[in-house]
Amino acid sequence: MTAEAPPLDREIRDRDLDDAALRAALARTWATRSSLSGWIGEVDHKRIALRFVLTALFFLLLGGSAALVMRLQLARPESGLIGPDLYNQLFSMHGTTMMFLFAVPVMETIGLYFVPLMVGARQVAFPRLVNFAYWMFLFGGLMLWIAFLLNTGADTGWFSYVPLSSLQYSPTKRVDFWAQMVTFTEVSSLAVAVSLIVTVLKHRAPGMTLDRIPLFVWAEFVNAFVIMFAMPSVMIASTLLILDRLVETRFFETSAGGDALLWQHLFWFFGHPEVYIIFIPGTGMVSAIIATFATRPVFGYVPLVLALIATGFLSFGLWVHHMFATGLPKLGESFFTASSMLIAVPSGIQIFCWIATLWGGRPRFHTPLLFVLGFVFIFVAGGMTGVMVASVPIDLQVHDTFFVVAHFHYVLIGGAVFPLLGAIYYWFPKVTGRLMSERLGAWNFGLAFAGFNLAFFPMHILGLQGMPRRVYTYPAELGWGGLNLLATTGALMFAASFALLVVNAVTSYRSGRAAGSNPWGAGTLEWATASPPPPYNFALTPLVTSREPLWSERTALPVVTGLRVDRRETFVTSPAEARPELRDMAVEPSIWPFVAALFSGLTLFGSIYTPWAVVAGSPFIAAALVGWFWPKSAKEE
Amino acid sequence: MRERRVADYSALPDYGFGPKSPMWWGTLGFCALEGMGFAIACATYLYLAFVNPEWPINARPPDLLAGTLVTILLLASVVPNHILKAAAERESIRAVRIWMPVMSAFGAAPLVLRWFEFGMLNIRWDSNAYGSAVWVLLGLHTTHLITDVGDTLVLAALMWTRFGRSGKRFSDVSDNAFYWDFVVLTWLPLYVLIYWVPRL
Repeated sequence: MTAEAPPLDREIRDRDLDDAALRAALARTWATRSSLSGWIGEVDHKRIALRFVLTALFFLLLGGSAALVMRLQLARPESGLIGPDLYNQLFSMHGTTMMFLFAVPVMETIGLYFVPLMVGARQVAFPRLVNFAYWMFLFGGLMLWIAFLLNTGADTGWFSYVPLSSLQYSPTKRVDFWAQMVTFTEVSSLAVAVSLIVTVLKHRAPGMTLDRIPLFVWAEFVNAFVIMFAMPSVMIASTLLILDRLVETRFFETSAGGDALLWQHLFWFFGHPEVYIIFIPGTGMVSAIIATFATRPVFGYVPLVLALIATGFLSFGLWVHHMFATGLPKLGESFFTASSMLIAVPSGIQIFCWIATLWGGRPRFHTPLLFVLGFVFIFVAGGMTGVMVASVPIDLQVHDTFFVVAHFHYVLIGGAVFPLLGAIYYWFPKVTGRLMSERLGAWNFGLAFAGFNLAFFPMHILGLQGMPRRVYTYPAELGWGGLNLLATTGALMFAASFALLVVNAVTSYRSGRAAGSNPWGAGTLEWATASPPPPYNFALTPLVTSREPLWSERTALPVVTGLRVDRRETFVTSPAEARPELRDMAVEPSIWPFVAALFSGLTLFGSIYTPWAVVAGSPFIAAALVGWFWPKSAKEE
Repeated sequence: MRERRVADYSALPDYGFGPKSPMWWGTLGFCALEGMGFAIACATYLYLAFVNPEWPINARPPDLLAGTLVTILLLASVVPNHILKAAAERESIRAVRIWMPVMSAFGAAPLVLRWFEFGMLNIRWDSNAYGSAVWVLLGLHTTHLITDVGDTLVLAALMWTRFGRSGKRFSDVSDNAFYWDFVVLTWLPLYVLIYWVPRL
């Protein structure tokens, strides 16, 4: 189809154009220039999100490799494969990478890709801020791993407890790199969170009232709030730690009125919600996949939304259960035991609603649904051990053993990675325009499920037998060799399942079956547009009349007009009812967010060595921000 | 899927004030997360005060003069701030061009006093945990002030250019004024913690 796009030197509205001319005009207005400045100044939420997801998956590869080396070391007793110093760095890098560089960014930025599409928006709110967030994330992650390659890898665990992480016991720069990496990634997550919240509140298509928002969007929305209130805590904590180390403040130094437990409180006030920051988007993916493959709306929409919100709130009331072994007052322990058990209630409600949906539908067992079923099994098992360790006497017994390692891998991999893998198979056709191989997908699932359970189930028993976590080896007489070998075999299988995923993705991207706009026959709006979606997402903004617009509007999707096409315009609607309020101008690409991220990165990096880096770097950051906000042309107004 | 055009919204305005504008919500989002950061910093201070039998530790409480003057100045700034906000919302470029520099000055003046405040804390950051806590609280708010004054100055300059007359710019001025209220508001608990809690 070659359509003549109208000249852009005057105001043109979409309503005056036929379909072909409209698409041609929009393609020209919304295209990113193919140049270096266009590339680093990207504002298309889909492209930025894809970079985020691929970068996070790259960090998954690094973090996973660290885990494999540890598993090989532990496969037999008294192994000399690696020494204690490297082992310390590996488990710290593994945990830090998986939490800060893989899980949070990947779960949040799949939302960055799909939330605008699912709410019928053309763009995310504040796309330049989101681009800034990407570069901050990339720089922070690279900094941590380059430091590791130079033998300066984090080595005090992913939660870097003081006094171990204080200058006295960790005199090298390893902890400082860890602490500054935290700031990079949290700035990034917070920026994306604000953007997602405003996208959901203000950029929903007309008619998408609160009770018509897709569950995945609800999950990302609630999640963004949890990020907003949890992450500042770890930023403050890591900043205080680096201040203690760099300019000799005394926050954590007991001899000068400081307090070591203060670190634990600050860390876990973030660290526990962090678990839910990873899990909540996973539940959104599960709801989306189950509805599509059960071919019916999700059972219990309202309880599911309320469960998400309840989980968000309750996640802030649990942090002390990570500190049961520190000798807190009994009343505190009882309170946090109760709240830890309470959070099983909303999780249970969700599980029952999903089962009911499958029960009442006609399930089609494609790969995404297989991963969701795997999720239900693994996550429930992890939840069971969670209820066990919520009880103080059991926790004291198994604290710092492999039982806990088994528990949190069951909830984190079960609760987040399995839904994520399902989501990759589910949305791959939307992103690339091609379907992944179902045959390889089934193998992928089988290998992942078997490998995961083989790797982590034995760790429950090892923990009960007394094997502590974070030991680089163990004597043969303790009899832990067999189960450890089994766990290592499982870990290798689990790793192989990811290799299969890569093979499937690459071959399908090249020669997979063409997907069309809605290969699964799903009901939500991201399937209304082409695969892959054009830069402007929707040629005309949909008018939403139900929760699953593509199911209720069988013949033709109702759409609205009124936007200009000679510049980037998008609708802004009211927060609750989604009544149209404004035609808002969306921003053009800009290199300044990249420049600001570069200077911010250099400043944070420099501050590892001297506090004067902040003084030296601030003017540059300020200049970049001025460049960012200063309008460039009258058209931008 | 085919489309059917059911409504036209060409008549909608292309900018708006307050909760109509996405930027207002973005500003509110940043207020929330920064407010959380301040809350955590305050909780840290109170936690340290709670675990230490003596508070302040080996120090006289801070002198009141500079900090109290800053507080008075910040509270007074709310009046011109709201005059500016109202001017922006009636889109009066003349009034905005007068009141933006006034608000820049109201932002800069506490920064001058802030220099003396650090001197009047009567303790260094590296003396003990109490010293660290008050320096960090004051430092956080100083960063907050500097960024907002910087923002106000740039926006004030922008109002004198050809870009100043756009409706969106007036909306920015209104949001900037809204953010300034937040800067003033966060100071009040910090003032109590830094200057009055040590006197309890």
